[in-house]
Amino acid sequence: MSRERFDAIVVGAGMSGNAAAYTMASRGLKVLQLERGEYPGSKNVQGAILYANMLEGIVPNFRDDAPLERHLVEQRLWIMDDTSHSGMHYRSHDFNEQRANRYTIVRVQFDKWFAGKVREAGGTILCETTATKLARDGSGNVIGVHTDRAGRPILADVVVLAEGVNGVLGTRMGLRDVPKSQNVALAVKEMHFLPEHVIAERFGLTGDQGCVIEALGTISRGVAGLGFLYTNRDSVSLGIGCLVSGLAESMESPHTLLNGFKCHPSIKPLLAGSEVKEYAAHLIPEGGFRAIPELHGEGWVVVGDAAQLNNAVHREGSNLAMTSGQIAGEAICTIKNQGRPMTKDNLSLYKSMLDKSFVMRDLIKHKDVPALLHTNSQSLFSTYPKLISQAAQGFVRVDGSTKIEKEKAAIDAFIKARSRWGLVSDAVRIARAWR
Amino acid sequence: MHIVVCIKQVPDSSQIRVHPVTNTIMRQGVPTIINPYDLFALEEALRLRDRFALEEKRWLRNPSRGKVTVVTMGPPMAAQALRKALTYGADRAVLVTDRRFAGSDTLATSFALACAIAKIGERFGPPDIIFTGKQTIDGDTAQVGPGIAKRLNIQQLTYIKKVTRIDHLRRSVDVERCLEGGTQFIESKMPCLVTMADGLNTIRRGSIEDSLRAARCSILTWGVADLGVREVDKFGLKGSPTVVKRVFAPTPRAQKSVQLETASKTVGHVADELVAWISSHQPKLADMPLSKSGA
Ligand SMILES: Cc1cc2nc3c(=O)[nH]c(=O)nc-3n(C[C@H](O)[C@H](O)[C@H](O)COP(=O)(O)OP(=O)(O)OC[C@H]3O[C@@H](n4cnc5c(N)ncnc54)[C@H](O)[C@@H]3O)c2cc1C
Ligand SMILES: Cc1cc2nc3c(=O)[nH]c(=O)nc-3n(C[C@H](O)[C@H](O)[C@H](O)COP(=O)(O)OP(=O)(O)OC[C@H]3O[C@@H](n4cnc5c(N)ncnc54)[C@H](O)[C@@H]3O)c2cc1C
Repeated sequence: MSRERFDAIVVGAGMSGNAAAYTMASRGLKVLQLERGEYPGSKNVQGAILYANMLEGIVPNFRDDAPLERHLVEQRLWIMDDTSHSGMHYRSHDFNEQRANRYTIVRVQFDKWFAGKVREAGGTILCETTATKLARDGSGNVIGVHTDRAGRPILADVVVLAEGVNGVLGTRMGLRDVPKSQNVALAVKEMHFLPEHVIAERFGLTGDQGCVIEALGTISRGVAGLGFLYTNRDSVSLGIGCLVSGLAESMESPHTLLNGFKCHPSIKPLLAGSEVKEYAAHLIPEGGFRAIPELHGEGWVVVGDAAQLNNAVHREGSNLAMTSGQIAGEAICTIKNQGRPMTKDNLSLYKSMLDKSFVMRDLIKHKDVPALLHTNSQSLFSTYPKLISQAAQGFVRVDGSTKIEKEKAAIDAFIKARSRWGLVSDAVRIARAWR
Repeated sequence: MHIVVCIKQVPDSSQIRVHPVTNTIMRQGVPTIINPYDLFALEEALRLRDRFALEEKRWLRNPSRGKVTVVTMGPPMAAQALRKALTYGADRAVLVTDRRFAGSDTLATSFALACAIAKIGERFGPPDIIFTGKQTIDGDTAQVGPGIAKRLNIQQLTYIKKVTRIDHLRRSVDVERCLEGGTQFIESKMPCLVTMADGLNTIRRGSIEDSLRAARCSILTWGVADLGVREVDKFGLKGSPTVVKRVFAPTPRAQKSVQLETASKTVGHVADELVAWISSHQPKLADMPLSKSGA
């Protein structure tokens, strides 16, 4: 009996892996997918917002049966000090469109659904199976993977590494470095269960409408970080993510920060009476463009979080993961159909297709933001939020002092905290990084 | 050699909660697992199969491979449990599912399973051993195994912790059976039904070949019609005389256990002290005709 061989092995059944496996399987390739969790999604911890456009490009009619929680009609950005928040809210009836643009999802269910689509398309998925090593031939080309189950390595023409942010397999095999602590955030998250109608009342929602709050300020104690609250159907996902390097320097524990966020007077009433059922922690790649490792080699490509393809500024990750997986799948199908081998040169098709997509273009645009966040975290995440809160309070509180005095006090406070020169240079740095 | 293992998909009782008002089990969102005793049964079956294969290899040029068939009766989602059993290394899987099986008590369950096992025997050769778990962690009755054995009219060996030997020539099997204060060593003839207690084994991690086979293997699915049985009113709710009259959560015992320090050393006197203590704490009991030891 000759040895079984696959066209492609996909390591990981998260967003990127499922996108890659589905793309290849539905085009007739013989695909094997390995997932270390008990089932797809069992290890995944996204917030989570699903960006419909990218999924639509892969599974056009996903709205028919995907487990979607709510479509988002409102986005709130809150700047917080210890007792207040000032915010910018954007809510639009336009988002009540039939094919909504953003949905909240619960990854455990969503990943199961997505993996089901891979199976329907003819892919084979093995769960509770961890890829432990890449199998290589005499010249070092990747020809398959070893797993933690007894037996010989499984062979394939190409291995798609979709193993998520830790990417232990790739780092162990020397394909890329272990992510640096200033390039990853640690997010801790809780699921708070509340009856559907309570969520609707508290957030002013009807039907399947949903709302997102993202918050920064003193909740992260000067570390670069972001708090978030997403409404699901009958639960609220709530968490806070902070740069690991910042946590290490400040010795703040993520759990304490999350507790502080939950107890903040602006957040607490939103959660009153809820039952917490899950607590989870996960890394998020934040290094941006400059942290992207080599994306392809002899017999392998890397996609999604493992390739650090994450837009921290816009809190987009899953869509970059899906699109990179899809593009890798398409590139592999093209090479296969041309009857060419999966060499590093040929697989550069994936890189060039990715460069043209929104994935790389967005990451290039924001390439300087990550450095800005981690070097200026104290002023961005503590000083300015406090100043903004003070100014806002001065503006609304009526206490007999004149308006001229109040405005002067606000400006003085900014200058005192950051100096004239500091303010100008902060503005320039932010503008430059953003450009 | 052919071994059939009955497995049941049950809610993971470590994650189950009881509804505070209705006292019913809240199954929603609770993950399901294979009944833990059934995993001991499955592993024991796989070991017997593998051991048999080794023996055959030693003596025969064309060794026949033993087969393990897993069977469950349950809703369509019970296929997950079968798929998992295949991943562990079982050779084939049968799902017995039909709306008409719904509401089965242990009588109807064991009837349906006995019919299914008979059919498995027709299709794939008669089983030498049938395994079940000692009991489930949800129904907890421990009646299904013996029910199947009775219907198939074969030996039943209950609370077994190990199958030590199979003699294929004499068609006999040696087992170790748990007793309250010890172990019973039993020899029985085959075919027989074994209900497994906490075994001495732990379920294996299937090989990569096993999991590949499991992922692709199709699961045989049989409904009432496929079993070819006339007495359809013995299935499901109709065939279930058990009636649930009331469901309640027992109140936890209010009183804690106590440890008594006794002055006496001999058994008889210790007992006297104990009786005296009980009488003083339970005046009602003091009226009962308890005589002193030795009297
Ligand atoms: C708290 C939080 C909130 C987030 N919110 C959002 C959001 O709102 N919107 C958004 O777009 N993005 C969000 N993200 C980011 C998003 O979750 C990730 O970008 C996305 O999941 C990346 O997909 P992936 O497939 O690359 O990796 P993952 O989804 O992490 O999947 C990797 C999979 O590979 C498996 N695996 C790993 N190693 C192996 C191995 N050796 N063998 C077999 N299997 C293996 C893992 O078990 C896992 O299932 C959030 C992330 C976090 C942590
Ligand atoms: C008082 C009472 C009321 C009940 N009421 C209902 C009801 O209204 N509706 C309802 O649907 N159920 C009901 N049940 C549950 C149902 O009767 C039992 O779950 C079922 O008959 C199996 O019994 P058991 O779980 O006690 O198995 P046990 O006898 O404890 O199981 C022993 C072994 O038999 C095998 N086995 C048991 N069941 C199966 C199976 N389905 N497939 C394969 N192998 C199996 C397994 O190997 C198991 O380890 C009730 C149970 C009780 C005790």
